[in-house]
Amino acid sequence: MTARKFFSSPWRTFGFLLLTAATLLWLVPFIQAILTSVRTNQDLIARGFFSLPNEISLDSFQVAWELGGLSRYLPNSFIITLPSLILTLFFSSLSAYALARFRFRGNRLIFFLYVGGMMLPFQVLMLPVFRLTDALGLYDTYWGLIAFHTAFQLGFCTFLLRNYMRTVPGEILESARIDGCSEFRIWWQIMMPLTLPAIAALATLEFTWIFNDYLWAIVLLRSDALKPVTAGLAALQGQYVMDWTVITAGALLATIPTVIVFIFLQRYFIEGLTLGATKG
Amino acid sequence: MFREKTRTKLTPYLFLIVPLIIYLIWVIGPMFYTFYLSLTNWDGVSAPERIGWLNYQRLFKDPVFYTSLKNNLKWVLSFITIPVVAGLALAMALNRAIPLEKFFKASFYSPLVLSLVVCGLMWSWAYHPAHGLINSALRLMGLDALAQGWLSDKDLVMWSVIVVGIWRQVGYVMVLYLAGLQSVDPGLVDASKVDGCTGWQTFRHVIFPLLAPVTVIVVVISIIDSLRAFDLVSVMTRGGPFNSSSVLANFMYIEAFNNYKMGYGASISVVLFLISLVFIFIYLWRVLRTELEY
Repeated sequence: MTARKFFSSPWRTFGFLLLTAATLLWLVPFIQAILTSVRTNQDLIARGFFSLPNEISLDSFQVAWELGGLSRYLPNSFIITLPSLILTLFFSSLSAYALARFRFRGNRLIFFLYVGGMMLPFQVLMLPVFRLTDALGLYDTYWGLIAFHTAFQLGFCTFLLRNYMRTVPGEILESARIDGCSEFRIWWQIMMPLTLPAIAALATLEFTWIFNDYLWAIVLLRSDALKPVTAGLAALQGQYVMDWTVITAGALLATIPTVIVFIFLQRYFIEGLTLGATKG
Repeated sequence: MFREKTRTKLTPYLFLIVPLIIYLIWVIGPMFYTFYLSLTNWDGVSAPERIGWLNYQRLFKDPVFYTSLKNNLKWVLSFITIPVVAGLALAMALNRAIPLEKFFKASFYSPLVLSLVVCGLMWSWAYHPAHGLINSALRLMGLDALAQGWLSDKDLVMWSVIVVGIWRQVGYVMVLYLAGLQSVDPGLVDASKVDGCTGWQTFRHVIFPLLAPVTVIVVVISIIDSLRAFDLVSVMTRGGPFNSSSVLANFMYIEAFNNYKMGYGASISVVLFLISLVFIFIYLWRVLRTELEY
């Protein structure tokens, strides 16, 4: 439908305006954060939120980055997220292949352990996992957090990949088997390439989830030097209580990686969300 | 021949063994261990000692527990109504060719890619009593009487935080319904129009019933998400003022990690777990049903 034809109906035009208003309302928190971050705190407090700033300044970004510690926190987030992401995708593609393609005792039980586990409230795991990392000497290290993320995300990833792998036609795998291909080669050279669309969607979604985790970062890490950006921002908030320009600038900096993922991989992100919920 | 057979029988276990062990150690095992810890006086440092059901007895007398429970109920009720209705309405509105469709969709699900910490901080600033956007806007419009301490009024604070949760959840529900609408047969919709149904009647009697499976999933996910609510409360209010915005997840964290009453904290998480279990089972049951259709 062309735009002119669309707006020829007054009802449709009214609906469109309503939708536009709702959308703008939805974006207000972002807009106010951007407007706040580019002015100075004195100017903001002296002249109020609805005033034209005296000057546009990016100082708050610099303060958040250097003094606020985002230059440490943001790399930490990647150091934690990327290994967790790769490990959990690797392990879950192994277990998903077994669950999707083999009949054996315990198949369904194991599948339900994974699905049930992904729905657990995190609090029920918090204290034992805290104790476990302590006992293993992993408390307050990157590896403790990476190990937990890898393990916990196995539930959702296995669930999703297993359902996807079941849709791959069996003949392809069977003919490889007759040709004498080992099961590991079938998994790696045939199943994995065919599962790539699901893995791409899953990777996008999991990246934002692990990157945005806050609870486990504050439970399993204590040193400020190791904190990812979520925990770092919470610390920043305590440090710059009175200076909201710095806090909003920090918050905006912290969102850049996930926003980039969202802009470039939006399709995969949405696919991941819907795959997870509708295939169940 | 025999060895060949054993080998193929072993294959799935070879694929499973490493991930499954990791999962059992870090997820399933801890789940059971929490029950044990809830029966001890563990303080996080010395070895836990068993004290029977004492933690639970204390918990059921603790007023903060009941406040948290009530607040969780507020989350659940808000989450299964407002975002579901709004998300469905948006999905219906955007499931057609309209100008700027992509921009509308992206705007509504953009909050989903932000961490809850960032959402909480942005909104805390909007709620700021003196200089925040909301009170500034109200004063600008001459509605000074409505400008208030959104996060410091004990009757208001929980709702102020829930609004942020809803802001983030609507886009998610919309995405799920948009996917559900893809599987609605357009022929059925056309047929109902031919039979003289109005737009609303078509929605009410044709589309909505066809979306029932999506609605069940949406409601279950919303309930589980609202029981998990932690980050927003932790960043925006820490459960205050005077525990008035405490939720179970937050209450548990504070008891365990700020007050070092880890055994007590474990008993709170067990209660949270038992409440969630009902909904986990509903979800599992649905997964099982689609399994049997294979």
